[in-house]
Amino acid sequence: MRLLEYQAKALFADYGIPIPKGFTSTAIEQGRKDAAVLSYPFVIKAQMAVGGRGKAGAIQKCHNIDEFELKYPEIMQKVVKGEKTKAILLEKMADIKKELYLSLFLNRSKRCYTIIASAQGGVEIESVKSQIIREVGLGEVDAKTADEVGTEIGLKDKACSQFVDILQKLSKITIEKEAELAEINPLTVLKDESLLALDGKMIIDDNAMFRHPELRKFQEVSELEERAEKSGFSLVELDGNIAVVGNGAGLVMSTLDMLSDNGGKPACFLDVGGGATTDTVYEALTLISKMKKVKGILVNLYGGIVKTTTVATAFIKGYENKVIDVPVFARMSGAEADKSKEMLRGSRTKMFDTIEEAINAAVIEVNKNG
Amino acid sequence: MVDLFELLIGKEGEKDYKKKPVIVQGITGKFGSFHTQQMLAYGTNIVAGVTPGKGGQKLEGVPIYETMRDAVNAGGAKISIVFVPAKFFLSAAVEALEAGIKLLIAIPEHVPVKDALTIVDLAKKKDAIVIGPNTPGIIIPGVMKIGIMPASPFKPGRIAVISRSGTLMYEVSHNLSLANFGQSICLGIGGDPINGTPLIEAFDRIRDGANIDGVVVVGEIGGDAEEMLAQHIIDTKFDKPVVAYIAGRAAPKEKRMGHAGAIIYGNYGSAESKVSMYAKANVPVAKRPAEVPMLLAGKLGKSRIK
Repeated sequence: MRLLEYQAKALFADYGIPIPKGFTSTAIEQGRKDAAVLSYPFVIKAQMAVGGRGKAGAIQKCHNIDEFELKYPEIMQKVVKGEKTKAILLEKMADIKKELYLSLFLNRSKRCYTIIASAQGGVEIESVKSQIIREVGLGEVDAKTADEVGTEIGLKDKACSQFVDILQKLSKITIEKEAELAEINPLTVLKDESLLALDGKMIIDDNAMFRHPELRKFQEVSELEERAEKSGFSLVELDGNIAVVGNGAGLVMSTLDMLSDNGGKPACFLDVGGGATTDTVYEALTLISKMKKVKGILVNLYGGIVKTTTVATAFIKGYENKVIDVPVFARMSGAEADKSKEMLRGSRTKMFDTIEEAINAAVIEVNKNG
Repeated sequence: MVDLFELLIGKEGEKDYKKKPVIVQGITGKFGSFHTQQMLAYGTNIVAGVTPGKGGQKLEGVPIYETMRDAVNAGGAKISIVFVPAKFFLSAAVEALEAGIKLLIAIPEHVPVKDALTIVDLAKKKDAIVIGPNTPGIIIPGVMKIGIMPASPFKPGRIAVISRSGTLMYEVSHNLSLANFGQSICLGIGGDPINGTPLIEAFDRIRDGANIDGVVVVGEIGGDAEEMLAQHIIDTKFDKPVVAYIAGRAAPKEKRMGHAGAIIYGNYGSAESKVSMYAKANVPVAKRPAEVPMLLAGKLGKSRIK
């Protein structure tokens, strides 16, 4: 789960990492009240789970109430890289002398936490040449290591000792909240040499959420994603018009690739999980029916243990109950394939022996219908 | 390094050659009991099961014990397969390793990263191998399977398949079998960010097998396991044919594609990065699963001419 800036900052504040004074709202009425308390000038920041907000105009300065009335609704409507604004953060402007970068992430191949720090902050870290990278094991970062990192990025005296404190606290949050990433970019040095976390990003291990009821209030899932999760499915909504369903994440990704290679546009990634039963496939069809953009459904199931007839039954039930009204192109390996084809004869579900054939048919049919 | 084949099937002449005893943890659950039947039917020598509170009962003739220590003492098994829910994985795995299990197959999906890291650490101390979590397991076609894979895609032969994805392992093996490339071993390392046995280590544990003519590596977006393997193939001058497949070329960035480990940040974990490293290692990457046998035939042909 990726936390929004204001959510990450709320955790920072809990652990004593300094953040600017600010207020979060989702409606302009509340925003006006916040603005009055904060006093001008301040920054209006779109809260969305994506980088590059500044460039996209989703973060803007605001000097007076006229600007506020104009910019608040504008930023509320922003869409950056497909992500919509979830809330608005109004935040006091800081007296910036210098911008730094600091993050801790779980290094998959080294199987430990890793610090990345840089004297250049405020830009995407990938574009920064001078980075300090330190692998630090699985425990909390000790003061000595933190001091070395601070010194290496050119901090001295008061700023360096505050950096040590912030890095140690960030490490504590990362471990206690089971985060895969905790990033402060920029971590700013102010004119008075004190440090302030101007932005915050955290990614929490979804699988550890059962141990963190305190973070549940930050969980924002769409209605569809929530239903998918309840059924044990994984759903990622995409921009196209052909829904892709299968069992197993790898297989569905593979199907997405092949569909795209052949000129099809995936509307979603839907993994119903390792097994497939009449019920799971029927529930998948129900979820897809809620997506208005879908013009066709591509199904790729690796049966093996599952009989194809159990799945064919779900399609028939889907049409009977009018859950689906778009054509289905299905490839399903496994037992009783011939019988399933017979069952589906005359319906809008077409069964194919290979996924390649199913994809070709789906792309042709959906494009034909516009 | 402990040879995986030796742990799984032992040496010719041993009393339990190809019949190494296996314990099932969580044997009475819906999933555990179903796959116990399937594994027994395939020829796996399951000697004991564990479910607290059900000790003394039997399932498919397999005696059930209260604890792993009792199960290990009774059956002498060094191999265990775990079916418990993710929340209980940590304690089940600790119990197994403490009881002397040397090969732990971890089936559950959704195990927290922290718990996986704890087990990786403990396994190292105990000199044990952990496969998974979130793995379909291991199959040696025609001999035994310790996992949840269907039997039908696999047939005995001389190609090794290592995969980060379950169903893609079935799909690719199915395509290999159709093209008459049987498999000596198929191993799923799991779709999580932290693997008990990472790709490179899985590769090293089977690379020198006398029964292996070539290796197929089924990967996906996320992490840098494929990049590291490619470099390792170059560094160690591995000269058997290797063919790869990578799923997720069309996946958007920063979206978790079903598997916890399948996520791209910036260029880290992208398919392009993996394909270009494989190219340096002279490993062809198939565009789709059905292309794998063709690429493999090409590589095997060349290596035979050489």
